[in-house]
Amino acid sequence: MQFMLLFSRQGKLRLQKWYVPLSDKERKKISRDLVQTILARKPKMCSFLEWRDLKIVYKRYASLYFCCAVEDQDNELITLEIIHRYVELLDKYFGSVCELDIIFNFEKAYFILDEFLLGGEAQETSKKNVLKAIEQADLLQEVSQTPKIFT
Amino acid sequence: MPAPIRLRELIRTIRTARTQAEEREMIQKECAAIRSSFREEDNTYRCRNVAKLLYMHMLGYPAHFGQLECLKLIASQKFTDKRIGYLGAMLLLDERQDVHLLMTNCIKNDLNHSTQYVQGLALCTLGCMGSSEMCRDLAGEVEKLLKTSNSYLRKKAALCAVHVIRKVPELMEMFLPATKNLLSEKNHGVLHTSVVLLTEMCERSPDMLAHFRKLVPQLVRILKNLIMSGYSPEHDVSGISDPFLQVRILRLLRILGKSDDDSSEAMNDILAQVATNTETSKNVGNAILYETVLTIMDIKSESGLRVLAINILGRFLLNNDKNIRYVALTSLLKTVQTDHNAVQRHRSTIVDCLKDLDVSIKRRAMELSFALVNGNNIRGMMKELLYFLDSCDPEFKADCASGVFLAAEKYAPSKRWHIDTIMRVLTTAGSYVRDDSVPNLIQLITNSVEMHAYTVQRLYKALLDDISQQPLVQVASWCIGEYGDLLVSGQCEEEEPIQVTEDEVLDVLEGLLVSNLSTPVTRGYALTAIMKLSTRFSSVNRIKKVVSIYGSSIDVELQQRAVEYNALFKKYDHMRPALLERMPIMEKTATNGPTEIVQTNGETEPSAVEPKHPPPVTQPANQANDLLDLLGGNDVVPVIQTTMPTKPASAGGELLDLLGDLSLSGIPPMTAYNKNGLKIDFTFERANPNPNIAVITIHASNSTEAEMTDFVFQAAVPKTFQLQLLSPSSNVVPALNQGTVTQVIRVLNPQKVSLSMLTYTHKGSPVQDLAEVNNFPPQSWQ
Repeated sequence: MQFMLLFSRQGKLRLQKWYVPLSDKERKKISRDLVQTILARKPKMCSFLEWRDLKIVYKRYASLYFCCAVEDQDNELITLEIIHRYVELLDKYFGSVCELDIIFNFEKAYFILDEFLLGGEAQETSKKNVLKAIEQADLLQEVSQTPKIFT
Repeated sequence: MPAPIRLRELIRTIRTARTQAEEREMIQKECAAIRSSFREEDNTYRCRNVAKLLYMHMLGYPAHFGQLECLKLIASQKFTDKRIGYLGAMLLLDERQDVHLLMTNCIKNDLNHSTQYVQGLALCTLGCMGSSEMCRDLAGEVEKLLKTSNSYLRKKAALCAVHVIRKVPELMEMFLPATKNLLSEKNHGVLHTSVVLLTEMCERSPDMLAHFRKLVPQLVRILKNLIMSGYSPEHDVSGISDPFLQVRILRLLRILGKSDDDSSEAMNDILAQVATNTETSKNVGNAILYETVLTIMDIKSESGLRVLAINILGRFLLNNDKNIRYVALTSLLKTVQTDHNAVQRHRSTIVDCLKDLDVSIKRRAMELSFALVNGNNIRGMMKELLYFLDSCDPEFKADCASGVFLAAEKYAPSKRWHIDTIMRVLTTAGSYVRDDSVPNLIQLITNSVEMHAYTVQRLYKALLDDISQQPLVQVASWCIGEYGDLLVSGQCEEEEPIQVTEDEVLDVLEGLLVSNLSTPVTRGYALTAIMKLSTRFSSVNRIKKVVSIYGSSIDVELQQRAVEYNALFKKYDHMRPALLERMPIMEKTATNGPTEIVQTNGETEPSAVEPKHPPPVTQPANQANDLLDLLGGNDVVPVIQTTMPTKPASAGGELLDLLGDLSLSGIPPMTAYNKNGLKIDFTFERANPNPNIAVITIHASNSTEAEMTDFVFQAAVPKTFQLQLLSPSSNVVPALNQGTVTQVIRVLNPQKVSLSMLTYTHKGSPVQDLAEVNNFPPQSWQ
């Protein structure tokens, strides 16, 4: 995977994870253009498209679009499963996740993503293990913060 | 200074902003506060401040002043700090800036930290954004962690190694020992990441690939266990056990089995098993099937398996889920070359996909349809494709039009069908056809000799409807100029002839000249067409008037043409008929494949290669002048030598061969001249469409010891008939009958007397001779 973007129906970016080295300016341009392209697509259209020289896989969950750019040899259908798995993880963690959870706890969304994917590939295929790791890390964070400084 | 506001608080505040300006103001205020906090080296709240900065960065505001702070957080001992610090590094730091190198030492320390979650953070950051320098420095640490028994760390180290290898391929060797027992792990996370690592190594190095082939049995076993094992809640997705791992294993098997018989055989059974047993009701099952199909098609699988794979794709095509259909079309496109027949079976489903609403699916279906067109299905397929051309989006039209032309050229069942198809494309997508298709179409039309009347009539009717599509207009005006006489004569066999007067035709062409829709190129075509009609129509005066008007046109190209045509009317009126007569059939140019002499109606008329753009009608007047001077004084019609590029010598050989084989027209050849070792033979054919024209090919051979150079053959004929001399194959007649020079003459009604003049240089001295050829066979002028 080259990058993953989460954005709202109004085109506001909620999460951006880049696995390829690009400057801030380049990232902004790509995000802007890609978001426009995807928002312009009709609901019944297929989840895959070729954009520039990338394969894009996207899916809409309620008010959020989850969009990944994958390599040529990557299996698009399993990428949809990856996206779905991430949503399930968020759902389990936040308890019935909604966009607001991701807005107000964006750093947690990143932490969860980083326990699921590394360098653009899945590092753990067990939902239970990912959530357990996050739980432990959160605990560690709690312990290390005395007094409570963060959030 | 009061404590900086909390992250959530800030988020809440910013979201209350009602305008962009308000938001910007809030952000600026907060940034200022954060900056001063950074300046004060406040350790306590650094973490909170950086987190806020990251939020603002996501909204699109600059946050580069937080980069160093991230580094400080990473260096901190507190886990919270590290967590936010590494996150900030991944979001804000760019490997192109040297700042990121400062991270290296921290990461190195954290890779050896006592807490696995800290080690995890370090591995994650390195594996996500490590630059080549960092990777070089830290590869050793990663390699160490790849051998640990801690599966939490091992899986991360594996993916980190993948990143290192991508950045610094030379380091791949160093990870080889650690891969020894990766696949014996029970932990799925480690298994998955190990397979990814092995895949990366095999893709990059043929040596590694050969080395890892021995893992095929083990991989097959793991896959088998996944499929056969019972329900495992931890890895289950809709009834399938760890689909992610299955897909990755299938992909690795694909790489290992490619071009290797033994490996392919070893995986044959498991592939068949996966292909037949996987549940297809959900996307996840189809994802596995998809990967299986890709693998089957790429390795050296037996034909039964391949057919199974194509059938799976065929079933995919019928799936309601358009993602599945898309994936099927993509895969079929890849396999259509190798397994053509199998894919043909699904042709009708593929053609149905042309009507899909999704753009990507339509494009795939179009490409696949063109790949499937053959001699048997051309009529049906073309109907569908033309219908598609009518209704598709503009982005497809150019490609579709080109595809239709190519397919029509290859498989047209009849000339009429071919012309009709071209007409259909021109009228429906006329403005999208590529520029080079105009000359190609013109060449095609000239070749379909018996369809000329039908073609020009249809094109004329199309012009009446619509003059906006330039390629259509250009082809139409060229045809009208060429075959206008057929148009007004009302002779059309293929369909109901229309009644058109000369004036009406000229109206249309003049309309093109003045219309704003016409491009300069189109205007050029129109003017030339009008000029050509001067020898085909009787309303010459009208044409003269039009041409003279354009002599002062602003467009230089038009002006030049008009001036030259005017000159033709005024000073060289006698040359006009010959100059503007019907074009000979054009030879296909090399761009479309080997040069062929186009055979139509059994005639092989060798003709020179036509330049691609508007046919050159204007001959430089000087050349004609020279000839006049040479033969001046005689009461003869001067010979017009059409200036066409001479053919390469090899083509001369082809001509000879072809002509040698033919004895079509039944007119016996004759020897026209035989003197001083130079022998000239004439062979005859009848021209098409005008059988009154005899096509004579002269063959000059030389039986002396020295070759004859600068050989020029010229013919002059009495006023009663016309003659056209084409370019000779060469100017050198080789000695001792080693070869011949050929030249084609087109003569209207050759009769008993004809004068020919020969000049050549033999053994250094020029020779000139005048001969009378009067032994034409009787058949040649009847």
